Amino acid sequence: MIPISYYLFLSLILFSIGMAGVIIRRNIVIMLMCVELMLNSVNLLLVAFSKMHQAKSPGTDAGIEGQILVIFIMVVAAAEVAVGLSVMILFYRKVYKTDVQFLDRLKH
Amino acid sequence: MSTPEILFFIMAGLTVLSGLLTVASKNPIHSILYLIITFFSISGHYVLMNAQFLAVINIIVYAGAIMVLFLFVVMIMNLNKEDRNFSKPFVITAASIVSAVFLLLTVRIMMQSDIGQNQLLLAEGEIGLTENLGSVLYSDYVIPFELASILFMSAMIGAVMLSRKTKKEKRESAR
Repeated sequence: MIPISYYLFLSLILFSIGMAGVIIRRNIVIMLMCVELMLNSVNLLLVAFSKMHQAKSPGTDAGIEGQILVIFIMVVAAAEVAVGLSVMILFYRKVYKTDVQFLDRLKH
Repeated sequence: MSTPEILFFIMAGLTVLSGLLTVASKNPIHSILYLIITFFSISGHYVLMNAQFLAVINIIVYAGAIMVLFLFVVMIMNLNKEDRNFSKPFVITAASIVSAVFLLLTVRIMMQSDIGQNQLLLAEGEIGLTENLGSVLYSDYVIPFELASILFMSAMIGAVMLSRKTKKEKRESAR
């Protein structure tokens, strides 16, 4: 049995790594991947909390909503990646670069 | 330290290490491979917590579909090594300081209350099994489930429609 603070630490560390990655990197593909890392850290924490609620009342369906929310988060992440990558390919067909500094067409 | 604790620390170390390598590596294909390792280790955490369905779905959906999609897109794009992959050093230090401060703040907030002492039910418990998850998903949460299918259909239509060539581009490429 592990206290929940271990999973809180791990999820927070992963989330801040992903957050720093989105700010540091300039390649649009890797920025999307760091967003996926942040989503996964939240998934991990949700499953940990669902097991914590089950530990409080074992034998019942106590914490199952957390895992169902994780299913739906994965659904939304998959749809978002599909559409986001197709938008990114459209952008690449115009500029032939993947640096986000070229994403300034609305400025002109 | 009991066996679940040792397993937790091994997998947590692997997760954090591959997460750091994802952010820090220069080659985008290496980043994708490190992220796949991260997803596998998070699935290992799910198996430790007996969330079996989510462990398998994580591997199939994230590591198996989404990351392969990323790999195909990176291979289409022919990334050069000369492209500047990282921001200026000032932005790198500022981002590291900001995320370190964020981590410190949230960890201190978490340590104030005693919610962190609650124990987890590891390697036991029935709620992660496919049968229980499925019976709750199809009875209590059937409306979000059906809406998720509509969401997928709209995402598919959007992705196909966005990557079609317009008539002008077809004429230009036929010349």
